Amino acid sequence: MVNLTIDAVQVSVPEGSTILEAAQAAGIRIPTLCWLKKLSPIGSCRMCVVHVDGVSRPVTACDTVAGDGLVVTTDSDELREMRRDVLRLLLVRHPLDCPVCDKGGECDLQDLVTEFGVTAKEYGTEPFERQLPRYVSPFIQQWPDRCVLCGRCVQACTEIKGIGCIQIVDNGLHSYIGPKPGAECVSCGECLSVCPVGALTDGVRETKARIWQSERVETTCGYCGVGCQLELNVLDGRILRVTTTDFDKAPNHGTLCVKGRFGWEFVDHPDRLTKPLVRKDGDLVESTWDEALGLVASRLQQIKDEHGPDALGGFTSARCTNEENYLFQKFLRAVIGTNNVDHCARL
Amino acid sequence: MTNAIACVDKAEAFLVIGSNTTENHPIIGDRVKRAVTRRGAKLVVIDPRRIPLAEYANVFLQIRPGDNIAVLNGIMHVILQEGLHDAAYIEERCEGFDAFAASLEKFTPEWVEQNTGVSADALREAARLYATADPASILYAMGVTQHTQGTDAVKALANLAMLTGNVGKEGGGLNPLRGQNNVQGACDMGGLPNVVTGYQKVADDEAMAKFDEAWGRKVRREVGLTVTEMGNRAADGSLKALYIMGENPMITDPDLHHIEKALDNLEFLVVQDIFLTETGQKADVVLPACSFAEKDGTFTNTERRVQRVRRAVAPTPGCRPDWAILADLMGRMGYKAEYAGPEEIFEEIRSLTPSYAGITYDRIENEGIPWPCPDTDHPGTPILHVGGFARGKGLFHPVDYNGPDELPDDDYPFFLTTGREHPHYHSGTMTRRCGRINDCFPEGFMEMNPVDAERLGLATGDPVKVSSRRGEITTKVQVIDRTAPGTVFMSFHYSESPVNQLTNSAACPTCKIPEYKVCAVRVEKL
Repeated sequence: MVNLTIDAVQVSVPEGSTILEAAQAAGIRIPTLCWLKKLSPIGSCRMCVVHVDGVSRPVTACDTVAGDGLVVTTDSDELREMRRDVLRLLLVRHPLDCPVCDKGGECDLQDLVTEFGVTAKEYGTEPFERQLPRYVSPFIQQWPDRCVLCGRCVQACTEIKGIGCIQIVDNGLHSYIGPKPGAECVSCGECLSVCPVGALTDGVRETKARIWQSERVETTCGYCGVGCQLELNVLDGRILRVTTTDFDKAPNHGTLCVKGRFGWEFVDHPDRLTKPLVRKDGDLVESTWDEALGLVASRLQQIKDEHGPDALGGFTSARCTNEENYLFQKFLRAVIGTNNVDHCARL
Repeated sequence: MTNAIACVDKAEAFLVIGSNTTENHPIIGDRVKRAVTRRGAKLVVIDPRRIPLAEYANVFLQIRPGDNIAVLNGIMHVILQEGLHDAAYIEERCEGFDAFAASLEKFTPEWVEQNTGVSADALREAARLYATADPASILYAMGVTQHTQGTDAVKALANLAMLTGNVGKEGGGLNPLRGQNNVQGACDMGGLPNVVTGYQKVADDEAMAKFDEAWGRKVRREVGLTVTEMGNRAADGSLKALYIMGENPMITDPDLHHIEKALDNLEFLVVQDIFLTETGQKADVVLPACSFAEKDGTFTNTERRVQRVRRAVAPTPGCRPDWAILADLMGRMGYKAEYAGPEEIFEEIRSLTPSYAGITYDRIENEGIPWPCPDTDHPGTPILHVGGFARGKGLFHPVDYNGPDELPDDDYPFFLTTGREHPHYHSGTMTRRCGRINDCFPEGFMEMNPVDAERLGLATGDPVKVSSRRGEITTKVQVIDRTAPGTVFMSFHYSESPVNQLTNSAACPTCKIPEYKVCAVRVEKL
């Protein structure tokens, strides 16, 4: 263990911990922007600057290892002014388009600017050409001007997904996140899920909602057997997008694939069946629940009476819930009286 | 899975066989890639296709479809020959070793090379990488099971895991990756002809007495029919009525002409689904059900973790949750089945199912629990067989290699193997109705090696006719160095090119799984 002092509090942390982790362990908040718990430290934004006694210049807490006996100060007028300057510099390029930005209300930059009292674009520059938003995949829109070049998306694509298909291209005011040759994007959306601002947004639905307007319902993905935990964001009975906010939860720890994050449009597809159908004179025609279920009950009973229960069978579903599968086999076994029940586990 | 998904982070080596992990279980695939690139874990990939994970592998064995067992036995032969097995573990925890060891004698690396084309040196290296790492994890999927020797191949993998002492160990294990959200749960819930919930056998009189009493009806003690067998009985006329909930066998069954004939032959077919599927179009009654976003309940994932499903949007007008439809129907057939909601059904399940007994909706509100979980103080079981096997001693099964049911010949010179593509899912009922996903991947292709394509004068995008002894379909060619020369690959998502018209319904005699992964086809330019 390593012992250090942060804001006059004695902290003891495992060797190798960073100053930021030590502060968090002691319940002391250091402002961050590029840092994200599930990624290794990036150290690009310099919001997390702190004083270390005996070191002439402030250091970044996110990637500086906590040494034994360090005395750290996380807040001072000088540090606050340095952080304010970081934000002022980011606002040189970042447009103040918060009202039309998807991320409004859940934007780390917006929160920090508000917290540090930066109220306008205080630094100017030569006029430069604004870049238009574009679809970088069919699901993901990129708004290059909003990018704060924190590097989270690049880190996540490489570290979490093991793909590494994006990188920071060019330099200075013209830097942007662009493709990295040799690796192919699979549209998993990990980049947009870690973007602290609205530089990468979900392009599936035109309709959007502020975070406090929509409801977030946590559920289990309906595709493969991994069983990822995700949040359906819902407004007026419609799914608007899928998010993940809990990076500590098994089995997926906040990560999704293209199907889990973007594959929910089928739920309100116009092809959805909305009425029971019954075959009459060779055609399937719309019916009522009462007629359809009445017909199912009487026909199944009739066939059971005529041919015995083993003349009937059922395919239950790897799509449906446990409760529904239980009831299905109970229906076959207890009501029909056959063990002819199976499903597509083999298919 | 014997082990938790998180165990991937602890493995020192992986043997991935018959699983295109990064495309079909991307979140597990990510973890494997992380383990390899960031921790230096070793990776052996065995597959007929150069799948994306093969690019990360230390050893990639590109096998012919159907040769899993020959290669696995060869690997185990090397492990024994080089003394890389865990003798203490075998002595203490396993039985049947001597007969098993004797059964491996003929599978020398040279024999494997001669009979399958896999290089003896690469086989030796694969064996050493897996056997010398501790712990080492086996990940597999339908590429192992969908063969006439599917059960035998799983036994071979179990032999391999036991031989190296990797069962019951964090980071090790024998880990089938299940392809559907609740295929684990459907099995756990007794959606199988031989068992009720928690794998309690219908032939077990004592266990069934409990169900007789709880359900107020006597459960039959004779094993019922599998999906494949029900299809055959429908075709021969002895099965008269079929109730299909949330499945689309008209796309997913092998040899589709056979299942079509079977369904047409039924006196009465009920289909319960969210869309009018290819199967629904054959039904006498179609019942509109709710999607996962419109109902409450639980799914059990591939690591046996029971997790909540929550209603996020109201049911599409006119639709009902599947459980409510079934309860209504049971009532109409004179059986009282009144439930306030899914939680009440779950309470009934856990009262009858020892492995689920300790799981409640309250306990899984924040995070799911992996079964077995015998009581409400039990934390769940992320790793099975720790300290001892469920059956007592781990039993080695000698497994021989027979090869697939159908091999290429002069008339049908190519191996065809099938699977999924990354953005689409199963019969495509859902993903092909996700506008943006389908915009990107609107049509299927048949993957063909450049060597074969040149010989046949084919370029990417060329339309072709693909035929087998069971049918013919048209599709387009994608020329890509992914399968070896002599093997082509197609996915089964696309109803306009239904590859299962070609596949072979020959099945594993033990578990009745059809041999989707191997059949012989002819490819002709159109």
